[in-house]
Amino acid sequence: MSDADAIVTLIPRLRRYARALCAERVAADDLVQDTLERAWSKFHLYRRGTDLRAWLFTVMHNVHVNQVRAARPAAPLDEGLPELAQPARELDGLVLRDLDGAIRGLSPDQREVLLLVALEDMSYDEAAGALGIPIGTVMSRLARAREKLRGVLSGLPPGGGKQLKVVK
Amino acid sequence: MSKDPTTHEDAELKAISQGLHALHDAVLEEPVPERLVAPLRARHSRWRRAALAAVWIALGLGVGAAVGWELHAWRSVVLPQVEVPGFVKRAAVAHAVYSPEVRHPVEVGADQEQHLVAWLSKRLGTPLRAPHLEGVGYFLVGGRLLPGESGPVAHFMYQCKQGTRLTLYVRANQAGNNESAFRYIAEGNVKVFYWIDRKLGYALSSADITRDDLLKVANAAYQQLNP
Repeated sequence: MSDADAIVTLIPRLRRYARALCAERVAADDLVQDTLERAWSKFHLYRRGTDLRAWLFTVMHNVHVNQVRAARPAAPLDEGLPELAQPARELDGLVLRDLDGAIRGLSPDQREVLLLVALEDMSYDEAAGALGIPIGTVMSRLARAREKLRGVLSGLPPGGGKQLKVVK
Repeated sequence: MSKDPTTHEDAELKAISQGLHALHDAVLEEPVPERLVAPLRARHSRWRRAALAAVWIALGLGVGAAVGWELHAWRSVVLPQVEVPGFVKRAAVAHAVYSPEVRHPVEVGADQEQHLVAWLSKRLGTPLRAPHLEGVGYFLVGGRLLPGESGPVAHFMYQCKQGTRLTLYVRANQAGNNESAFRYIAEGNVKVFYWIDRKLGYALSSADITRDDLLKVANAAYQQLNP
């Protein structure tokens, strides 16, 4: 597979993360586009044999920090709720909306850590690598994020069980 | 992927994770907008260009302007593009060859579905399933084994009440661990939606229904193949 193909297969993952990070679809795709342009122009910096996905997330993090985060405050809570995935209909839509709102209310630092671990399924170590921060910082940001979400969580089904689709 | 034990057994984090997937997984199935793929087509990465320049120099094709000219000429002819995987073209051809077949459209009929699936799974070396598409109006006709690029592939055929046929081409993917969104391509008059999921590559083809209708069927197949 060519380098370009390898990156193309990861675009849906980058879009999902960006969609969770930014409030609006268009802004999320803008972030993905900026990330891909930067990654491709800097592709000589990618070390072959290392995890390409992790590298792309690092590039996206840097682009996000430089451009989006500096430029505007956190998104309003009630904007741009994405369409729910099919199986989500079995969950209470209102609970999901609350969760989404609560996550958007987190600080950008906390939100990034939470999304990398809980949505992208990264280990603390991988998240630390992608964000360029110590693992202890990952853990403390995650703990703070979870504390803020705790109120919402009482409405979510207990962990495990249920037929939510997890696309890895 | 290694996980910290603390996250692994943590029900609260799992609940957050489930919520996040429910909120955001839909985007994985959306077609990727052209503008996102465009940067990757626009030009080679610097690494590739540097390597290419080195090759030209090593070949002794000249210095200075000559190298520049060669590079320019080369790039104008062979622009890198996102290639359609080889199996997709083969799937389109297989559709064109077998779907009009009246007497022998399949090797093993749907009346022996269990045997068909077990046989093809065995030959491809991985468990397969023939999705049930009655919900979107298509019934399994049967399937056959076909030669692929580098080994056996499975070919399932479906038909609706009006007789329109679809085929689902499935090949085992040696590269492993890939996934892709739905992609669409028209090969001649055959329309194909294809996607890669972990070890398997799928291509759903039809010549006779619209792109949107084909996408509906592709979605239904995808939902069943990735529960």
